[in-house]
Amino acid sequence: MDCLTTLEALVARIPDGASVVVPPDRSGVAIAATVALIAAGRRDLHLICAPVSGLQADLLIGAGRIATLETSAITLGEAGGAPRFIESVREGAFRLLDATCPAILAGLVAAQKGVPFLPIRGLIGSDLMKARPDWKIIDNPFAPGDPIVLVPAIRPDFALFHAPEADRFGNVRIGRQAELAAMAYAAKATLATVERIVETSLLANENESAGVLPALYVEAIALAPRGAWPLGLWGEYRADDAELLNYARAARSRDGFAAYLQSLKGRFEAAA
Amino acid sequence: MSAREILVAAIADQLEGARTIAVGASSPYPAAGAMLLRARHAARGLPGVRISVLGSREHSFFTNGAFELFDAAAQGRIDAFFLGGGEIDGEANVNLVGLGEYPRSTVRWPGSFGSAYLYYLVPRVILFREEHSPRALVRRVAFVSAPGVTQGVKRSGGPQALITSKALFTFDRARKRFALRSVHGGARAEDIRALTGFDYDAPDDPPATPSPDPETLALIRGRVTDELGETYPQFAAALAAERGG
Repeated sequence: MDCLTTLEALVARIPDGASVVVPPDRSGVAIAATVALIAAGRRDLHLICAPVSGLQADLLIGAGRIATLETSAITLGEAGGAPRFIESVREGAFRLLDATCPAILAGLVAAQKGVPFLPIRGLIGSDLMKARPDWKIIDNPFAPGDPIVLVPAIRPDFALFHAPEADRFGNVRIGRQAELAAMAYAAKATLATVERIVETSLLANENESAGVLPALYVEAIALAPRGAWPLGLWGEYRADDAELLNYARAARSRDGFAAYLQSLKGRFEAAA
Repeated sequence: MSAREILVAAIADQLEGARTIAVGASSPYPAAGAMLLRARHAARGLPGVRISVLGSREHSFFTNGAFELFDAAAQGRIDAFFLGGGEIDGEANVNLVGLGEYPRSTVRWPGSFGSAYLYYLVPRVILFREEHSPRALVRRVAFVSAPGVTQGVKRSGGPQALITSKALFTFDRARKRFALRSVHGGARAEDIRALTGFDYDAPDDPPATPSPDPETLALIRGRVTDELGETYPQFAAALAAERGG
């Protein structure tokens, strides 16, 4: 299949300044690709978290590759706060678009449908409305006296995630991670790394095909065994909690982060 | 029994009557409380309790990814949810963003998550903040991730109660005010007053938060600790380590 490529070639499709949408830590995060992206020198990225992120965002922030961060939260979960995110916010190192989870999801759905915006409940009276002048309040045109928020469509250049398997026709198994499908539907192109490539079409079996992202959306796929590590991958392996704690400790200082990133790169290269 | 066990039991008591409960990110105590209510209903032959714990595969019934919690809440399908935050104020506003001049917060927390949506839509939102101190429970939050009360906005949800490591408060939405209901483990009313940055109503002599009965304690130490291990291994280990007190 012509979309099967190497990890280096996959990340080379992302130019400086691109907008990239990524999933939450539990959904299949392309950590190996993120490390390769940093190694390739990409910068000024607009990272959109659908709807939150953790290690992946902190790696890109720590490496100084983010120009704009659009997210509802950044955290390392039980390993604590994301150290590079916290320090970079204080320094004003990037443009921060604070959101709430369903607003980001609604923006992606608007893009999926090719419409300019979507209305959502809540938000009115939150200080997020002051932080997000791009969100508008209108009066419900069908029932006056019902103010409601409109969020604009989010149309990323790329969706980037890691999944268990793809077939050689470019279909990718995403299971019940519906946010991966939403990312792919909204983005101009999807880049996926996978644990393995299978020979038979993932669409062949009716019982399993519902959890498959069709090749229509997929621009490139690269093999990256254990490509989500130290995060987990649903149905495949658990998060490496001890390693995430190692990261949380190391990344408290700039030097500690740089050393950790170097060792992470080395470990992926050794495994490749 | 440990202070954690009293808190888990207090959370479960506040959930009584809810049929469908959702638990968000970084919420080990709320997950434990919801699992306890489910286990207790099962043990007593009461109507079943459905729970969905974010990040869990075994204890989530969602198949539509990140969308389903928000969509289900918007339709009134979720009875109870939890919010925390770095700061909670006397009008039940919550701050999950940070302190200092936004956006360059000098103290930055993860972010608002789904709070700016779910607080409006889930009928019974229970605020949980383990730290009970004047810096956590403030007169006015530095950033309103989600407001406790709003006027002129269609809203079916909001705050029901606030549970901390020291006390249980309930919230009166019409009066925009908390009332102290009980104190945990021998804390005194004046201690709570000194540790709370906002004003609230209180009886002269607030009762003690009930200790879990033997059945409840056995469920916490058995089924609940086991179920928590999948999503919150460190918290489950801490619960187990404290046993026998």
